[in-house]
Amino acid sequence: MTKRLARGLAICAAAAVLLSLLPFTLSGLNRVTAAQVGLYFIAILGLNILTGYTGQISIGHGAFMAIGGYTTAIMSRDHHTDLIATLPLAFAITFVCGVIVGLPASRLHGVYLALATLALAISVPQIAIKYSSYLGARNGIHLSENVGDMWLYGVAWGCAAILFVASWLLLRGRTGRAFRAVRDSEVAAASSGVSLVLYKTLAFGISAAFAGVAGSLFVMSNLGYVNSDTFSISFSLNILIGAAVAGLGSLWGVAAGAAFIALLPNISDNISFIGTGHDSVVVGIVVIVVVLLLPTGVAGLAHRAVTALAARRARPGGISATEAR
Amino acid sequence: MSVYELLGRLAIRDVGTRRISTGASAPVLGLLVAACIFLTVGSLWSSQFAQLTVSGVAQGSVFASLALALVLIYRATEVINFAQGEMAMLTTYIAYQLTLWGLSYWAAFFATLGIAFVGGVTVQQVLIRPVQQKSIIAIVIVSIGLLSIIDGVVIWIWGGDPKFMPAPFGASVYRVGGVAVSLTDLGTIGVAIGTVLVLWLFFQFTKLGLAMRASALRPAAARLVGVRVNLMLALGWGFATVLGAVAGLLTEPSQFVLTPTMMQPILIYAFAAAVLGGLESPMGSVVAGIALGIFLNLLGQYGGYLQDSALRLPVAFAVLLVVLLVKPSGLFGRAAVRKV
Amino acid sequence: MPLLELEDVVASYGPVKALHGISLSVEEGAIVAVLGANGAGKTTTLRAVTNTVRRTGEIRFDGRSLAREPAESIAALGIAHVPEGRGLFPELTIVENLKLGAYVRRGSIKSDLDRVYAYFPWMGRRRQELAGSLSGGEQQMLALARAFMQKPRLLLLDEPSLGLAPIIVSEIFTIVRELNQEGMTVVVVEQNAHIALQLAATAYVLEVGTVALHGPSEELQQHESVRRSYLGY
Repeated sequence: MTKRLARGLAICAAAAVLLSLLPFTLSGLNRVTAAQVGLYFIAILGLNILTGYTGQISIGHGAFMAIGGYTTAIMSRDHHTDLIATLPLAFAITFVCGVIVGLPASRLHGVYLALATLALAISVPQIAIKYSSYLGARNGIHLSENVGDMWLYGVAWGCAAILFVASWLLLRGRTGRAFRAVRDSEVAAASSGVSLVLYKTLAFGISAAFAGVAGSLFVMSNLGYVNSDTFSISFSLNILIGAAVAGLGSLWGVAAGAAFIALLPNISDNISFIGTGHDSVVVGIVVIVVVLLLPTGVAGLAHRAVTALAARRARPGGISATEAR
Repeated sequence: MSVYELLGRLAIRDVGTRRISTGASAPVLGLLVAACIFLTVGSLWSSQFAQLTVSGVAQGSVFASLALALVLIYRATEVINFAQGEMAMLTTYIAYQLTLWGLSYWAAFFATLGIAFVGGVTVQQVLIRPVQQKSIIAIVIVSIGLLSIIDGVVIWIWGGDPKFMPAPFGASVYRVGGVAVSLTDLGTIGVAIGTVLVLWLFFQFTKLGLAMRASALRPAAARLVGVRVNLMLALGWGFATVLGAVAGLLTEPSQFVLTPTMMQPILIYAFAAAVLGGLESPMGSVVAGIALGIFLNLLGQYGGYLQDSALRLPVAFAVLLVVLLVKPSGLFGRAAVRKV
Repeated sequence: MPLLELEDVVASYGPVKALHGISLSVEEGAIVAVLGANGAGKTTTLRAVTNTVRRTGEIRFDGRSLAREPAESIAALGIAHVPEGRGLFPELTIVENLKLGAYVRRGSIKSDLDRVYAYFPWMGRRRQELAGSLSGGEQQMLALARAFMQKPRLLLLDEPSLGLAPIIVSEIFTIVRELNQEGMTVVVVEQNAHIALQLAATAYVLEVGTVALHGPSEELQQHESVRRSYLGY
């Protein structure tokens, strides 16, 4: 086992322990917030696979969250499906939607792709308004069961853990290499036999599926309620911002990005001069600062810190002759 | 090496060659002529059709203004400014504040244009210049960050409830051969198209305008003849912000209600128009903006199943998506060749 | 004092060094040729002067150091650079290209435009056409006309003969000679050593980023290795 792998596993184990103990120290409401951090974790993870590892921009993943959320809501309201059972269903449905979107999207690049996904993000809520009679419109849909906060925390972070491991396995294998090849040079990838359409569409599907699960969990955390206003465009923007803060192309910062998105509104509410509604200013400033000064995000910062520490430990004199970047 | 640099390499490769755009091709011109004929015939046949067309032109000229701002910035700096709508909204709030402080509407209007210009230059220098060389993703995120900041600042200073601004044109309505044409519509068309025209004259006939065009097209060659390219780009942003301010100020002139979200749908229509016209074609975006305005208006009356006003936005998207998939370079652009 | 002096100039493209310390000097009113094979560093030498490549070392124009001058100030100092690819604006018209050539000048440029149209009647007739629709030879002439509009003291030409038929090439070089006779100092980078040595009085031969030979053209034309490598006999 390599040192890096060992270090990674150690961090994961420590995180797992912390996460299992955390809910017992929090109040009920904070547990819900902590669960939300978990669901954003999943969404950002998915977007990172698409944007960070495969190089495709999407400003529209809120739409997939909406699809997942509505799936859970409708299944629960109409068929009284067990909530946990709706999760794989949401995963599957949004995967298919992601593939459907991904196929034509694989032909677009750069700003055109960004615009197309933005169009997606804004249309989906509008469609929800249009078909409001079935989808509950302004009155919304209520889940048929009540959701306990401990339970929610467990389910959210449980899914997060499962999907994190799944992503890690996926990304270190052949598929992950193919994704990175598409990101780094489409021409080189194509000439090496990597099917651009296949991998881009696959990345879209997977990231959409993750967003779908996150959306389902969100509805559960939102007092079991969803209406046409729930999944606004700010979801799409926030996930992208969270992914940027986390550090695109690396799995390690995702928790920080998720925490940033989920917790900031709550924290800034308590800081008097920022107050309510002004967290968007802070979010904007932070993300711009991150892009300008820390392009590799929190993940990059952590990596640099770890590398610096390791180097200093190797040479007690303090001056490291070779720094691994 | 950071991921942004990796992505940056990808982005550079994805940008096609600069195109020689001499305007529309024959089929597109034919389409435009046919559309004009259709509109004229329809207007003669039904006064309601004529009215819808005129107000469609008015709304469309607002879209055209904002679309032109997007295109100017894109042509010059290859950046899609997702915050353009919010910047327009902010300048409109500034105008509102100026009227509260006692300025007349038109004094506030022109003062706002000046402020918008300075604001645009500042944003370019402070936020965009540092990321211009980075990947598209970095630039997209910065403009989204800016969007977020502006939203927050506006709510912070003015609050989220609707504000009322004096109507610039009054409510009078003229009758032209049985068709009721409101002064507001005429005023909107006049101001928007007038601004576009003034800018066009500037770019075509002045030395500075020529230098700005050169900087957008071939920055390296422009530097060699002594053009201060970075300054030109900053000025480009200034002008684009002015166009956005005009769009913001004209958005609902009959009953001026200011809310923080007022420009969001307009931005989408502007995107649709810009893509439809061709992101690299200023004339295309203006024509497409007006066309979109007319189209959406007519659809609202005669569109059958699609008449629901809640569907205006999705229809605009459908247009955007179809164009992106079928001919991303738009009606007036040439197909970009991908450099290998 | 020479008009242009380079001393120990080192230039790199990222981690790759293209010039390993070259020195050259160009007297006012002269035509100097810079020869060498592909990759020898000829184009990079011109780019070093106009600061369009990262470089260190002494670069002096009329005694004034160019080390810290950004690329966009170079034109105002009196240096015109016609790069590889001609540096035209294909999306703009012929007259717009000419006007941009005169960007750094103040005052009226009309008389100079008239001179250009007198010398190249076809440019006058087609002045509203896009520069991109011109043939290679016409573009090169437009590039030279644009340099003329700038009225520089020093003209840097990068491979003017590239891709052009021999008869056009000699037209181009005639124009260059005339520009020189009007007082413009010229540095021309060429792969076509034969014609370059006919045009220039002095020449530098570069190899792998250093100056291998330099001297009067007649001497170089007789020089053994130059004949074998660049002149073909």
